[in-house]
Amino acid sequence: MKKIIIADDEHKILMSLEYSFKKNGYDVYIARDGTEVLEFLKTMVPDVILLDIMMPNLDGYSTLDLIKQDENLKNTKVIFLSAKNNPRDIEKGLEMGADAYVTKPYSIKKLMQQIEEMF
Amino acid sequence: MSSFALFFVVLFYLALLFLVAHLAEKKRSKFWINNPYIYALSLAVYCTAWTYYGSIGVAATGGLNYLPIYIGPAMIIPAWIYINTRIVRIARVNKISSLADFISLRYGNSRSMGAIITVVCLLAIVPYIGLQIKAISETFHLVTETPMSKDILTDNATFVVILIALFSSYYGTRYVDASEKRLGIISAIALESFLKLFFIIILGLFVIYYVFDGFHDIYQKASRFEDFKQKNTFNGIEGAMNWMVLCMISATAICILPRQFHTAIVENRQEKHIRTAIWFFPLYLLIFTIFIFPIAWGGRLIFDGEKVNPEFYSILIPQHFDNTLITVLVFLGGLSSCISMIIISAITLSIMLSNNLIIPYGLLGKLKSENEVQNTRSITNIRKFSIFALIIMAFAFYKYFILKTSLDSVGLISFVIIAQLAPAFFGAIFWRRGSYKGAVIGLAAGLAICYFGLIIPQYYFSYNQEFKGVLRDMYNSFDFFTIPYLARIPQIFFWSILVNTGLFTIISVSIKGNYRERNFAELYVDIDKYIQNHENAFIWRGTAYISDIQNILERFLGKNKTEQALRIFNLKYNIDSKTETADSRFIKFSENLLAGRIGTASAKILIEGVTKEDKISLKEVLNILEESKENITLNKKLTEQSEELQKLSDDLRNANENLIVKDRQKDDFLDSVAHELRTPITAIRSAGEILADDDDIPLEIKQEFLNNIITESDRLSEIINDILYLDKLQHGEILLSIQQNNILETYKKALNPLLHLIQQKNIHLSEVNLLNRAIFEYDEARMIQLLQNIWGNALKFTDEQGTIQTKLFEKENQLVITIFNTGKHIPEEDLEMIFDKFYQSKNQNILKPTGSGLGLAISKKIIQAHNGSIKAENSGLGVTFTISLPDRIINEIKNEVEHF
Repeated sequence: MKKIIIADDEHKILMSLEYSFKKNGYDVYIARDGTEVLEFLKTMVPDVILLDIMMPNLDGYSTLDLIKQDENLKNTKVIFLSAKNNPRDIEKGLEMGADAYVTKPYSIKKLMQQIEEMF
Repeated sequence: MSSFALFFVVLFYLALLFLVAHLAEKKRSKFWINNPYIYALSLAVYCTAWTYYGSIGVAATGGLNYLPIYIGPAMIIPAWIYINTRIVRIARVNKISSLADFISLRYGNSRSMGAIITVVCLLAIVPYIGLQIKAISETFHLVTETPMSKDILTDNATFVVILIALFSSYYGTRYVDASEKRLGIISAIALESFLKLFFIIILGLFVIYYVFDGFHDIYQKASRFEDFKQKNTFNGIEGAMNWMVLCMISATAICILPRQFHTAIVENRQEKHIRTAIWFFPLYLLIFTIFIFPIAWGGRLIFDGEKVNPEFYSILIPQHFDNTLITVLVFLGGLSSCISMIIISAITLSIMLSNNLIIPYGLLGKLKSENEVQNTRSITNIRKFSIFALIIMAFAFYKYFILKTSLDSVGLISFVIIAQLAPAFFGAIFWRRGSYKGAVIGLAAGLAICYFGLIIPQYYFSYNQEFKGVLRDMYNSFDFFTIPYLARIPQIFFWSILVNTGLFTIISVSIKGNYRERNFAELYVDIDKYIQNHENAFIWRGTAYISDIQNILERFLGKNKTEQALRIFNLKYNIDSKTETADSRFIKFSENLLAGRIGTASAKILIEGVTKEDKISLKEVLNILEESKENITLNKKLTEQSEELQKLSDDLRNANENLIVKDRQKDDFLDSVAHELRTPITAIRSAGEILADDDDIPLEIKQEFLNNIITESDRLSEIINDILYLDKLQHGEILLSIQQNNILETYKKALNPLLHLIQQKNIHLSEVNLLNRAIFEYDEARMIQLLQNIWGNALKFTDEQGTIQTKLFEKENQLVITIFNTGKHIPEEDLEMIFDKFYQSKNQNILKPTGSGLGLAISKKIIQAHNGSIKAENSGLGVTFTISLPDRIINEIKNEVEHF
C-alpha cells in the first residue's frame, strides 16, 4: 500500500483529499503544517507528499527544502498543492525540486491520475 | 600705554589674524567658502584709515564733504548686479587675476597696456599704502604718547609695518595661480572688517552716551559753533556740484580700485554672493557713517581751541577720558582698516607687477627654459618680493613725502588717478568699438592733467613753497581752465575724465580697430552668449602643434596637470587625443591655463612663440563672429529643447514608476483576493466532485461534505462582502450615523455573539471600566463591528485558557478602549502593516494568515471615519490594541463653561 502525507491547514480540503486517497487504497497521513510533516518523516518514508505552500509555522517551500536534504527520501514524490497560481510561484516550486505543482481548485480525479502516472 | 605693551597688543592681534587665515585655509569648510557675508565683509576693505580717521577730520573741518565717499558707492552698488556679474563671468572664463589683465585683455591682450595700467595703479596706490602706514605710525605714537622717532630702526611703527609685510607676502602668495581664491586672506579681511565696524560702534556709543548726553546733546552744543550751520548744509549750487563730482569719484573708485576689483571680482566664489553684497555692503557703510558725525563734532566740542589733529579725534576722545580700553580698541580698529588695505593692495599690485611688468618684460625667457618646480618657485618668489618691496616703498614714500599732508587729500588724489582707468574699464564691458589706441591716449592725457593739476601741487609745491620759475608759471597758466564752482580735486577730476573720455571715444571711432581687440570686445560685451563655450568665440588662424604647446604648459603646470587639462579639453570638445594640430580653441584654452600664473599678456607671448599665426582681416573676424553667434543661438535653442525633452522624459518616467507601484499594489491585492477565494472554492469543488462521482459514499460522510459546501459558500460570500464593504468605506460611500450612545451598552451588544466562542476556548475574559460617564458620540453599528473585529482577532491568536482584557477610560478628552490578549507578539516591523488589507508581512506570502486579512483594515477605516485612531503594540505577555475616539461632547461643554 502506498503511503501518502497530505499537508494542508484547511480542514475541509483535507477531508475530501483524505477520503479520496483512502478510497483509492492509500495509506493516508494528515498534517496541518510543515512541522507535522517532518514529525511523520522521522519514523516513515512515504511514497507521496502533498504540500500546501501557505501554512502556519513551517511553510511548504521550507518543508520541501528539508525533505530534499534527506537522502532517505530521494524516491519520495513531492507535489505542491497551492492556491498560489502565479507563474513565478510555480516556477519556484518546480525549481526547488517538486515533482509537480497543482493549483487550487483542482480535480481530485485528475490529481489522482497524475500521481498514479508517476510510478 | 607704554610703547612696549601696545606693540604686544599689535603682535597678539596679528597672531589672531594669522590664526583665522590659517584655520580658514586649512579647514576650507563650507562656512568659509560658501558664505556670502564673508564676501560682502571683505568688500569693506574699502573703508581704510582714511574712512576711519580721515572722514572724522573732514566732518569736523569740512562739514558734509565726508559723505560723498559713502554715497557714491551706495549709488552705484545696485548696478553691480549687472556690472559685476558680467565682470565676474568675463574674469572666470579668461582666468583674469587683476585689473590690468582685465583691461588689457579687452584691448587686444597687449603687453604694453597691461604695463601702463600697472604703472598707473602703482602711482596711485603706493602713496595710498603710505597713507595707511602714516596712520598706523601716528596713531601708535598717539596711543603710547611717545614722540615720532626720527630713526626708523628704533621706531616701533616700523616693526609693525614689517610684520604686516611678512604676513601679506606669506599668505598672499600661497597659490602660484593668481586667479585662485585666497581663502585665508579673505577670511582674515572679513574678520577685520567686522572688527573695525564693531570698534567704531563702541566708540560712537561711548561718545554719544558717556561723554555726552545722547545725540541730541551733541547736536545742541555743536550747533552753537559759528560755522556749524554752514558746514552742515550744501552751500548752494557750488557745494552741490562739488558733492556730485565727489560722488562720481567714489562711485568710480568702488569699481576700479585694484583692491576692490580683487575682492569683488577675483575672490568672488559665487555670482549669487553679489546679491547679498548689494544690500549688505551699503548697510555696512551706513552704520559706519552714522557715528562719524557725533565723533567729529563731539571732538570739536571737547578740544575746542586746542591744537590737535581732528583726524585723530577717535583716539583723542577716549584718551582724554583716560579710557585705555576704548583707546586701544579704536587703535586696533584703525589698524584693521590699514592692514586690510595694505594686504589686499599689496597682493593685487604684486600680481600686476609680476604678471604685467616683471615677467613679460624680463623673465619670460628664463621661465621658458626652466621646469615646473623652478617656475612655480620663481613666480611665487617674485610676488613675495614684490609685496614686501611695495610695502617698504610705501613706507619710504610716507617718510619722505606725505608726512605733513592730511589723510583725506592723499586718498582723494589716489581715487582721481585710478579713475583715469574708468573710460577704458567701463568701455570694456559696454562698448564694442573702444580701441587700444583710444584707451591709451585718453589715459595718458588724463594722467597728464592729474600730474599737473594734483601731484605737482600736492607733493612738489608743498616742499617748495617758494618755488618760482617755469614750472610755476606753467602751472599758473592752467588757471584758464578753472571752474569757479568746483574745488581743486573735483575740478581736476572733471577735466581729466572729460579729456580722457573724449579722446578715447574720438580716436576709437575714427581709426580702424585691430582684429584681436574686436574679438575680445565681442567676448566681453556678449559674455552671456559665450559663457558656455568661450573658447569657440576666440578667433585664431595659423599653424600650431599640440605637442609644442603641451611642452610649454608642462613647464608651468607640470606633466600631470597638463595631461589632465588636455584630457578635459578633448572630452569637452569631443576631440580625438591623437590629433596633432591645435585649433583656435586649444590656443585659447592653453592661454587660459597659463594666464593665472603669468598673466594674460605673457601667456599670449609664450604661446605665440611656438605657433605661427596668419593675419586675419577685421571684416573676416566680424563675419566669423556673426556665424559663431548664430551657431551659439542655435545651440542654445537646441540645448533648451533637449532640456525640455529631458524634463518631459523625467516626468514620464516618474509617472510610469508611480503606475508600476500602483499596479504592483493592485496585483498584490488581486493576488491576495484570488488566493482567499480559491481556498473555499477548492473545498466546495472537491466535495462536489466526490459527491458526484462516488455513488456508495456513506450517508454521514455525504452529509458532512454537503455541510462543507454550505459553510464554505458562506465563507466565500463573507469575503466578497468584506471586500466590497472595505471598498465603500475607502471611498466614503458609507455614511456614519453618529449619535449619543452608551458605550457600556454597545460593549455588551458587541460581546454577546462572541461569548460562546470565548467560553469554548476557555478564555478568561475581563473588563476594567474607569469611565466617569458612559455617553459618547459614535455610530453604534460600526463600533460593534470594530470591537468584534478586534476581539475576533484576539480570539484567533489567544491560546486556550489565555486572557482577553478590555479597558475603558478617558484620556485627554478621548474615549480610549484598550483590548489586550495573551496571544503571541506581532513582529515589530508588522505592527503598522497589520491594518493594511491583506497585509504583506514578511512571511505572509507563504505563511498562512488567519482570517481573510480584511478585518483590521475595516476596523481602521471605521475608526478613521470617526476621526479617531487605532494602533497595536506588543506589551509584556501579549498584544494590546488601543482605540482612541475623540470626544466632541466634552469639547462643547468645555467651551460653554469658558464662555460663562
